[in-house]
Amino acid sequence: MKQHLEHSVASWRGQSLKHRASLVDRLDPRGRILLASLWALLTVSCYSIPALTLALAGSVLLALTARVHLKRTLRRVLAMDAFIIFMLLFLPFTTVGDPWFDVMGYQASYQGVEQAVVIFLKANTTVLAVLTLVGTLEAVVFAHALARLRVPDKLVHLMLFTLRYLDVINREYKRMRMSMRARAFSPAGNRHTWRSFGYLVGMLLIRSLDRSERVLDAMKCRGFHGQLFLLDQFEFQRRDSYFAVVMLIATSTVLVVEWAL
Amino acid sequence: MSEKILQVSNLSYHYPRREPVLDQVNFSWFEGERVALTGHNGAGKTTFFHLLMGLKKAKRGEIEIAGQSCRSEPDFLQARREIGFLFQDPDDQLFCPTVIEDVAFGPLNLGKSRDEALLIARETLASLGLEGFEERICYQLSGGEKRLVTLAGVLAMKPKALLLDEPTNALDRNARRRLIDILSGLPQAMLIISHDPEFLAEICNRRIELSDGKFHEQPHSAAALVG
Repeated sequence: MKQHLEHSVASWRGQSLKHRASLVDRLDPRGRILLASLWALLTVSCYSIPALTLALAGSVLLALTARVHLKRTLRRVLAMDAFIIFMLLFLPFTTVGDPWFDVMGYQASYQGVEQAVVIFLKANTTVLAVLTLVGTLEAVVFAHALARLRVPDKLVHLMLFTLRYLDVINREYKRMRMSMRARAFSPAGNRHTWRSFGYLVGMLLIRSLDRSERVLDAMKCRGFHGQLFLLDQFEFQRRDSYFAVVMLIATSTVLVVEWAL
Repeated sequence: MSEKILQVSNLSYHYPRREPVLDQVNFSWFEGERVALTGHNGAGKTTFFHLLMGLKKAKRGEIEIAGQSCRSEPDFLQARREIGFLFQDPDDQLFCPTVIEDVAFGPLNLGKSRDEALLIARETLASLGLEGFEERICYQLSGGEKRLVTLAGVLAMKPKALLLDEPTNALDRNARRRLIDILSGLPQAMLIISHDPEFLAEICNRRIELSDGKFHEQPHSAAALVG
């Protein structure tokens, strides 16, 4: 029986437990990663608003097919939008071009607005597609798929170990924080607070380092010599080919619109 | 006479700027022996285990495992197939996401194919009464379950002998009972560090105390031999 832990820092199962089963879940993770990359590459290389609108529509359609948890996905997309919102707001006023409208004496240019819309479309299209195709993978499956796609072993190992020990380190942090509270520590804006937090972070680093050494020792005792064997096998099936073809057609359509207009 | 698992002669070790924790220690270990290694905290018991596994390098002395003198890393690579080491903290040992992957880790390192490794892992889990744990996520196991899974990970390599570092630590009564029952049923020779006298009395047939860097063989009570 598989068990799930939802609200941990490291969400093992990603979004996979938060939505109903869908076609996308059954696709080969490697294919999903490659196609998401292709889609992202396509999106960032387009500059016409109709083509990008079409691409965004494609991403939305994909998200609907994958039956992603709408609220969760939207929240993540909005979180990304929050990063670029100020850039989008200021772009019309900072880009040189034909004047369009005024706000409190500042002139917005036509080209600036266009730039802002293009960036907005690109960002949302890419993030939505990645959340749909890659974000629905379990974190560990994602790492294994990367390994199978010949991403360097060291990077994959780093990711796997981060996933495994994030929670252990987090628990260690919580334990120390609790013992601080148990001795009546309450954070304030003074030297004592900052020094205590400094000790906390420092101790966390030292403990993590020590633990990493013990983990490596334990691995050596079981015959580890630099190579991790990954157990799951992925199969590229007929439905993966169909999906790839659909994605390629969608990509070409967007490109045709981009070049035609 | 039963076969000798290892022979340690004049083994010494000290940490920088401190008194030696092991001072010219001699120790022979034979098949069928379940040795209790006791001593106060910081006496050097765990250090001794690390030296035997080649995780720390001895300052002086000789370690011979299965008739093979062990000095460098390649020597110990072979030795680690003979002797399984159960770490004090299960979280140090369980680094794979799922139980089955962790138990299959050792066999894979020994050059078994994926299917063989999975088969061995399943069999080992079943032999410890852990059927159905294959897909469980390691960090969500309880303390007792973690302990048994780490034991499965070590046993899956089919070692001749086991080093157990405080195996009953932090286990509740049931988990502790279960572990003791499993350990008493295993054929391997064992070298056990523990501060749990009842557990040692039940499992072990030889006692050594480590103090002031020396091994002191302790008389063994008849009652414990029966247990």
